[in-house]
Amino acid sequence: MSIANGAASPSTTLVEVRNLKVHFPIRRGLLRRQVGAVRAVDDVSFDVYQGETLGLVGESGCGKSTTGLAMLKLQAATAGSVLFRGQEVTTLPEGQMRQLRRHMMMVFQDPYSSLNPRMTVGSIIGEPLSVHQIGEPSQRPARVKELLRMVGLNPAFINRYPHEFSGGQRQRVGLARALATSPAFIVADEPISALDVSIQAQVVNLMGDLKAELGLTYLMISHDLSMVRYISDRVAVMYLGKIVELGSRDAVFDHPMHPYTRALMSAVPVANPKLERQRKRIILEGDVPSPARPPAGCRFNPRCVFAKDICRQQEPELRVLEISDGVEHRVACHLAEELAV
Amino acid sequence: MTHLLEVKDLVTRFYSDGATIHAVNGISYTLDEGESLAIVGESGSGKSVGVMSIMGLIRFPPGRVEGGEVLFKGRDLLKLSPDEMRAVRGGEISMVFQDPMTSLNPVLSVGQQLMEPLRAHLGLDKAAARARAAELLSLVGLPNAAERLKDYPFQFSGGQRQRIMIAMALTCNPSLLIADEPTTALDVTIQAQIVELVKELQERLNTAIIWISHNLALVAGMVDKVIVMYSGYIIEQAPVDDLYEQPAHPYTMGLLHAIPSLDQRNQERLASIEGMPPDLRKAATACPFAPRCPYVIDRCLQEVPPLRAVGPNHTSACWRAEELRKIHNFGEEL
Repeated sequence: MSIANGAASPSTTLVEVRNLKVHFPIRRGLLRRQVGAVRAVDDVSFDVYQGETLGLVGESGCGKSTTGLAMLKLQAATAGSVLFRGQEVTTLPEGQMRQLRRHMMMVFQDPYSSLNPRMTVGSIIGEPLSVHQIGEPSQRPARVKELLRMVGLNPAFINRYPHEFSGGQRQRVGLARALATSPAFIVADEPISALDVSIQAQVVNLMGDLKAELGLTYLMISHDLSMVRYISDRVAVMYLGKIVELGSRDAVFDHPMHPYTRALMSAVPVANPKLERQRKRIILEGDVPSPARPPAGCRFNPRCVFAKDICRQQEPELRVLEISDGVEHRVACHLAEELAV
Repeated sequence: MTHLLEVKDLVTRFYSDGATIHAVNGISYTLDEGESLAIVGESGSGKSVGVMSIMGLIRFPPGRVEGGEVLFKGRDLLKLSPDEMRAVRGGEISMVFQDPMTSLNPVLSVGQQLMEPLRAHLGLDKAAARARAAELLSLVGLPNAAERLKDYPFQFSGGQRQRIMIAMALTCNPSLLIADEPTTALDVTIQAQIVELVKELQERLNTAIIWISHNLALVAGMVDKVIVMYSGYIIEQAPVDDLYEQPAHPYTMGLLHAIPSLDQRNQERLASIEGMPPDLRKAATACPFAPRCPYVIDRCLQEVPPLRAVGPNHTSACWRAEELRKIHNFGEEL
């Protein structure tokens, strides 16, 4: 059983992201006047369906983590809206937001810096319970032990400190903390990338089991495409603050339509020497441009071998090209139809 | 035929907080001219410490190379004086490190940094060094090389900085290049650029390469042979195709199963390796992988299995290598 369980039906939308923008101002000079903005997330729209795992992939600086943070209002949005079960998150006052937060939690990348070294794992996992006043204080230790058991840790470890655990175990503690309030939606930002290969599979399998057991919905942010293919029902690919392709896992991985997605896929090495030697890689020229000065038109055009005049002039929309596996396959490329042939 | 590099029974230990860390426990391997070798392992496997020991980069305290020989072109590097070793480093053997952000000096221009080894090792004058530095930068695919010599590291992107590091490593036409996770800090599309560059340079310059990585997929297409390390031991060594097609150690098999493949519709549960990496503070008295091995037998808990031949140029440190290979490769039941 994997984390992906074919639950990607648009029947119920849990989170709706519309025209989300997160811009960070660039200030210069004595008066700290704003001279520009880093457009980390620039007009992004997508839905997260109830019970699915949506993989959000892209290279560093593409805005995938900022998107995740803005969805939980851990980062203020510049514009746009995020609806969680129909409720607007971006403008919600902090008091009400706190009540909503117990339903939407985050798992962080680095299990070393995201756990307070001076707190026992018992108090780390129990903190969300007391913050949200869930259950009687006397019952909380029992709940913490139950959570430890759920993530595969010995409940007797309740009084230990984070430094007594390995990286994989700490990530389990991070998961237990996120699950303490029985959330519906979890944003996991690179949850396995700091772990060793043999430990990664343990954590991924655990996340899959928990999802099935608790009916969770995941937004899985990752740069590891093989792992995203394994765990996601649907996949969104980001480049320079924009979603360039969005569709079912198999549609995006088996026939990617955006030239960037194709290059990204071809750059991922596979553990098969004969195949690797024969593979023809699409090697992208140059680096990702600065999100403070994104190119005009399609943001990928300076690195795209297919770029035409229209790509340099007009920004492509993320439009539906086909329905695959029951969900829309969207691509933001003027030439998608031509290139598909 | 003598080998370019012959490592024999190399032992490196670290001493800290009253504990002894058994980082490298008697590893041996050879590398020929122009050959490429990958050393693969997880953190703490000893893959980096192993090559740092070869390069004389282990400082005491806390670490010390305590045994073995490192014959490079017939000379034992472990017996060289610090000055002699310095001449070898950056001369005949050079190294590229993981993090291109911190391995360059931020207050010197890249030109100055590139010219330094040219003048120190090759004794070039300033003008000749500058010309050669520009040549090296264009060799690694940096546009406008001559003009960019005066730029500082922060003016380059991560991928470009790693190209500069590679240019620096190539300054003295080394016969051996050691690359320690050179692409780990980079994005996949930039990683692909760097891998192509190194492969191309290797063909052109016929440099032998040791490529250190935690990523079995990454090295698959780029080396001749692979060493897998675990807990400071070499547990398997094989020509690249053999290792991926007929692995002969349960740890290698486990690693290969634990990585999902991009080209497969993988719906099954990932085969994870249960348990945790070993505690290096204790000297091994049994197979270090035994506590995590699904195929463990009594013998595994009694003695450290030696690395032994299981095929042409293929060695494994597992008592049950032959039978496990049958299960793994032909799906036979035990």
